Amino acid sequence: MNALYSLLFVFLLVLIPLFGVDAAHMRTFFGVCIPTTAFIIFLLGFVYKVITWGRSAVPFRIPTTGGQFKSFDPVLFPQNKLDCPQTGAQTFFRMVLEVFAFRSLFRNTAVSLHEGKDHPVVAYKSSKWLWLFAITFHYSFFIVALRHLRLFLEPIPFFVNGLEFVDGILQIGAPVMYLADVGLVAGVLLLLGRRLINSRINYISYASDFFPLFLILAVALSGIYMRYYAKVDVIAIKELTMGLVTFHYVVPETITVSFFVHVFLVSTLMVYFPFSKLMHFPGVFLSPTRNLPNDTRAKHHVNPWNDPKIKAHAYADYEKQFGVPMAEVGLPLDNPENGKAPEEEA
Amino acid sequence: MSDIPKADELFKSIDYNPPATGWMDTPVDFSPGNWCYPAKPEKMEYMESKLPGLWGPAREWNPGEADWKLPSNWKEIVVNGFRERLKKFRTLQVFMDICVRCGACADKCHFFIGSGDPKNMPVLRAELMRSVYRGEFTVAGKILSKLTGSRVMEEDVLKEWFIYFYQCTQCRRCSLYCPYGIDTAEMTMMARELMHLVGLNTNWIMEPVSNCNITGNHLGIQPHAFKDIVDFMVDDIEEVTGKRVKAPLNEKGHEILFITPSGDVFADPGIYTFMGYLMLFDEIGLDYTMSTYASEGGNFGSFTNNETMKKLNAKMYAEAERLGCKWILGGECGHMWRVVHQYMDTMTGDTQWSGMTTPKSPITGTVFETSAATKMLHITEFTADLMKHNKLKLDPSRNDHLRVTFHDSCNPARGMGLLDEPRYVIKNVCNNFFEMPVGTTREQTFCCAGGSGLNTDEIMEIRLRGGLPRGNALRYVQEKHGVNTMACICAIDRATLIPLADYWAPGVTITGTHELVANALIMEGESERTMDLRQEPLPGFEDAEDDWTPPNMEDA
Repeated sequence: MNALYSLLFVFLLVLIPLFGVDAAHMRTFFGVCIPTTAFIIFLLGFVYKVITWGRSAVPFRIPTTGGQFKSFDPVLFPQNKLDCPQTGAQTFFRMVLEVFAFRSLFRNTAVSLHEGKDHPVVAYKSSKWLWLFAITFHYSFFIVALRHLRLFLEPIPFFVNGLEFVDGILQIGAPVMYLADVGLVAGVLLLLGRRLINSRINYISYASDFFPLFLILAVALSGIYMRYYAKVDVIAIKELTMGLVTFHYVVPETITVSFFVHVFLVSTLMVYFPFSKLMHFPGVFLSPTRNLPNDTRAKHHVNPWNDPKIKAHAYADYEKQFGVPMAEVGLPLDNPENGKAPEEEA
Repeated sequence: MSDIPKADELFKSIDYNPPATGWMDTPVDFSPGNWCYPAKPEKMEYMESKLPGLWGPAREWNPGEADWKLPSNWKEIVVNGFRERLKKFRTLQVFMDICVRCGACADKCHFFIGSGDPKNMPVLRAELMRSVYRGEFTVAGKILSKLTGSRVMEEDVLKEWFIYFYQCTQCRRCSLYCPYGIDTAEMTMMARELMHLVGLNTNWIMEPVSNCNITGNHLGIQPHAFKDIVDFMVDDIEEVTGKRVKAPLNEKGHEILFITPSGDVFADPGIYTFMGYLMLFDEIGLDYTMSTYASEGGNFGSFTNNETMKKLNAKMYAEAERLGCKWILGGECGHMWRVVHQYMDTMTGDTQWSGMTTPKSPITGTVFETSAATKMLHITEFTADLMKHNKLKLDPSRNDHLRVTFHDSCNPARGMGLLDEPRYVIKNVCNNFFEMPVGTTREQTFCCAGGSGLNTDEIMEIRLRGGLPRGNALRYVQEKHGVNTMACICAIDRATLIPLADYWAPGVTITGTHELVANALIMEGESERTMDLRQEPLPGFEDAEDDWTPPNMEDA
């Protein structure tokens, strides 16, 4: 049901610019106003959320340790520098691998239960599917986004051209098919399929888990449609996009409606982003179990709200309470008076 | 335990297919066996008198009944407490926002593996809190409600928290696999803080907490009784080795303060580990003392709230100062070491007295820079260093009747990264050491299912279910290598792994690491050893002890 609602909602989103541009002729509204507003909301929402996180304290250092810590004897007990970092540099590399290689996800295993010969067996095997789907999706999305820089920059930076060359290296079809386009669609479909088919994952999925997938799929498909089927006027589009970044707004008449659909979907994604789970993107950098070195026993760290008024139960009170039996068994006392039994009442 | 199903029946009952109803619409089972008993009112009153405002109303109540006798403004308290903690803990704030529900954590939780209950998937356990976060604190959640997994705080939600956040042992295994490092242990801690504010608690946590504060240890052993027990152990050591070891208590002017979990003083098999410490320290002539006032390493406060964790931890430094000790040596304990490693210096470092120094082994001269801030050293680090420098005379063949595996206790493994030292120690004193299967050891270790205050018998079936992954790995090495002993470095393990092994891998005994050390230790001037610390015959001496009955069998 959650998936169906999300799908319907994305259809609805496609209809809005279709009618808005074709029937209502709101070209400037959909070409300039909506994307600009969306970008501002994206930026402000993103920054606001990250600042909110940043304002929360990190009272304790609780890195997850995935290997041997730094020992007193580095030869006898070699430290696992990446999974149990002790310095800033080691932590940095842990984060690089986390962000660029999805290292924790790479570790994923799947559990299964079996009837053994005479007793049950719990088995674990490496399970890299999710890692593969996720990395296909994210890298494709990243490359596609970078490629779009050609529309917003003049001259086009060398790396964007290089990226396009590599991305289209198979030279299939005309215009040349981009690998990242295929990867993005495949990645989304695989992640979607997993959510739909795997009963356990389906059980934990909300509409807010399906919606971004359908939305990104729609973004990708509309982009592909523009490029390969509608063959939109790219020169005119660049005129519009350059206008957006230089604040000289123009909406050339030769741009067709498929472009507006694409832009509207992207705008929706931008607006949705800061208020959704998509914030895992900046969040991974701020996760205190990963971005801190495991050095709490070696170095002092400060908890900003540590309460100095909280003190241990005083030893003096302890001795007052138990002094007499302590004295009887010969335990030393700070105050010998505590060891004297109270005078018995006559 | 009579109504607990047999192991294979329990195994067959596990079903990983989720129910037909959505998780928010699936009612929670409140029948007995599903929850721990609530705290006795006097324990709450005592803690309220020490740390006011953290405990909610002291009262008799029963989770099996509809009325939990919550304060009338309970919702306000919980929601305000939640808001406050979002500011105080970036972990909580970030982890509320960034989960994508990818499900990588789902089958990593031992409670899920053994029960199939979807609310034991770490992702859903955290959703119990996240749904409230979205419903109460985010605009989108307020508008879109259930479709986006939002709901407001209601009594049923709070009751669900009580069941499931006391079905998490804070072992952090899920966190290792989470692409964002989301730590369910952290959320469990926060949820428990909130529940404590309105008087939802368990006796097995509150009684130890209050005992720790009064008597210094969680069992409530008073100082004279503590000394008596230690004296008994000294007698037993003499029986086995012919040597009378020193066991200094509350003495001033020693270099080192030794603190271990009081579980080691109280019961089988922890006492043998404790005897192991005493023999080791005596043999190397360590200048140390123990304390009856700081006679608990395990910090039960970490199962309630930060304030209590700090208060209980503070006594370690307070006692080091009173006794004039330069550094602290810590025994084999799990959550004690999570607190010592990750929290101690930040919480109570400012109460260290000026005479404390970075731990330096008086025997080998090794300076342990890794604990320069806390001034607190783990005993396996200390013993490994002794062994490396050949300071101990060892006869590993005395442990030849044991075929040993090692259970990485969650807290030292995933909370510290202490993995190789205990293995090194064990391999130096045992000839037969076998690892459990890959994926169940080291940082991927499985919980004993009794940590974080769940080591209580009223939830035995839940514990046995949670113990399935550990028990099954143990069964594997039992069959493959004839393993008959599982060593660990945690007192809770030493208590909870026994019923777990009896159920899932019958015939395996649980031992502390320093019990093995002491068995192998050749002490200066000792008499010939014919029995181990449990007073069972050593290999080659079985006949000599034919007419002897083990003390724990006398009543049987």
